[in-house]
Amino acid sequence: MSLLEIKNLHANVAGREILKGIDLCIDAGEVHAIMGPNGSGKSTLAQVLSGRDLYQVTAGEVVYDGKDLLAMSPEDRAREGIFMAFQYPVEIPGVSNLYFLKAALNAIRKHQGLSDLDAMDFLAIVKERMALMEMDQSLLNRAVNTGFSGGEKKRNEIFQMAVLEPKLAILDETDSGLDIDALKIVAAGVNALRSPARAMIVVTHYQRLLNYIVPDYVHVLAEGRIVKSGGKELALELEESGYVGMEPSHDREGVISA
Amino acid sequence: MIDRIREEARQRFADLGFPTTHDEDWRFTSVSPISKLVAQALVPAAPVLMPAQLPGVQISRLSEANVEPYLARYASYQTNAFVALNTANFEDGLFIHIAKGAVIEEPIELIIQSSANGHPTASHPRILIVAEPNSQATIIERYAGNGSAYLTNSVTEIVAADHTVIDHYKLQTESARAFHVATTQIQLGRDTNFRSHSLSFGGALVRNDVNAVLSEGCECTLNGLYLVNGGQHIDNHTSIDHAKPHAASHELYKGILEGHSTAVFNGKILVRKDAQKTDAKQTNKNLVLSEDAVINTKPELQILADDVRCTHGATIGQLDPEGIFYLQSRGIGLADARNLLVYAFARDIVDRIKVASLREQLEKLLLEKLHGTRN
Repeated sequence: MSLLEIKNLHANVAGREILKGIDLCIDAGEVHAIMGPNGSGKSTLAQVLSGRDLYQVTAGEVVYDGKDLLAMSPEDRAREGIFMAFQYPVEIPGVSNLYFLKAALNAIRKHQGLSDLDAMDFLAIVKERMALMEMDQSLLNRAVNTGFSGGEKKRNEIFQMAVLEPKLAILDETDSGLDIDALKIVAAGVNALRSPARAMIVVTHYQRLLNYIVPDYVHVLAEGRIVKSGGKELALELEESGYVGMEPSHDREGVISA
Repeated sequence: MIDRIREEARQRFADLGFPTTHDEDWRFTSVSPISKLVAQALVPAAPVLMPAQLPGVQISRLSEANVEPYLARYASYQTNAFVALNTANFEDGLFIHIAKGAVIEEPIELIIQSSANGHPTASHPRILIVAEPNSQATIIERYAGNGSAYLTNSVTEIVAADHTVIDHYKLQTESARAFHVATTQIQLGRDTNFRSHSLSFGGALVRNDVNAVLSEGCECTLNGLYLVNGGQHIDNHTSIDHAKPHAASHELYKGILEGHSTAVFNGKILVRKDAQKTDAKQTNKNLVLSEDAVINTKPELQILADDVRCTHGATIGQLDPEGIFYLQSRGIGLADARNLLVYAFARDIVDRIKVASLREQLEKLLLEKLHGTRN
């Protein structure tokens, strides 16, 4: 059984259909890249999987770890091990990063039937994972993402992922706005978290990120459908030729499912 | 002396009567339930408890001290009907006298407890605080009560002499059926550093007036936090009189409204002709959590000097749905996510409270009230 199985997923935003029948299977341990031009539905897919209520699923199903994902609240999805690194991490003034992470981790632990971590153990985990992301510890006491630079925000996302240890991580355009040094740090953080028990979906517009986070599979999304799937070499091909010629075939047969 | 003032105030109240919504200062607050209650209320014994004595402070009953130079000389019973009502009727209140140069580390805690058991009561607590030059003190007024409908109509006069540092806290947790009207009148000498924190949670109908008159070189901070739900109504009126040059005032009032509660904020700043180099900043921020809650917020600036800096701003907002989703997406439940954001909104006011026990109590009150409204 796959960790994630998406079948014929259709979704609307504000009455407009964005996802027009997505099929995708992901097993534990795999890294899948989802590429595509702007407006192809990449971010919508990420948001739908994480439970954002701006999007209405109109057809299809998503089975995650044997459960009906679409029936779950966003917080239950997180507690069941789904983590989305936001394309635009949200600033939360007045809530410290440390308090936020502790509340999140303990909510997840409670769901798993574990007791709250004590302050010392929690701090030990946090410091170790911060070092991984080469983050300054002063960020812990600052309000969540508030006044962070673009790079700090993206690093903070991966840092949260490192603390929360999800089963399925969805990275939504984590590379956007990063300079090459920041990109390398973020990618190194992500790579350190690759494991046979964990799957990742890496959503990106550019091939550049995939030089550093090498995927097992690449899917090309266009106009709300996966129009092409392949191995990591597909990303390089796209780098050469762009998304030209990747319009969706209206014949749904022949769509490759990984 | 007190008898003469009482008599004058009684006559003045007879002339003024209770304000109506035709009075600009009471436009959004109808006090007719209060006037009905007062007509039949019993006046109970003095509700201001005598606190423990501290070195450097003399705490006595008003009747036992020479208060003539101060009492009723600052809070105007000529213009404010509730001050007149208090002045005519106050029980034997408290006189807090902080000695010259005294630095009082421990907060002076005043507890004003009201109650009514079936029959309505009206109490008129009166507090006079005089800080002599170069002194430093923290004063906490705690208003609470229980039982059926009652009125607490308090007046506190604070006279801070030159070079004093005063922190004043007023925590209001009256019972759900209570009426609470309070005037805090502040007279500041040269180069004083004064901070007021008005924290309002309880009461059915609440009106706070905080009036400060500043001298040269003063630094005056007025902080406020109000959290109302159900059918609560709260009206915060503040007035800052920049009478002399080189004074700064910083005002931040934050409100959280739920249910069909209503709130009023009216911030008056007067910069007199002589008050050059005034730096005045006023901010009122409101978080409205329900569609039925109503906030009326109004700055009232009168600037007669020409070399000053005066800014004001008011905001009315809702919880950020992006923020709620972000928290949820990390495993935090919806109710907790909302509470966390509401708490975060109030956070900067909470952080300004320097008395640890009070800060902890406030955190608890916030969380209790937030949980209470959602259950």
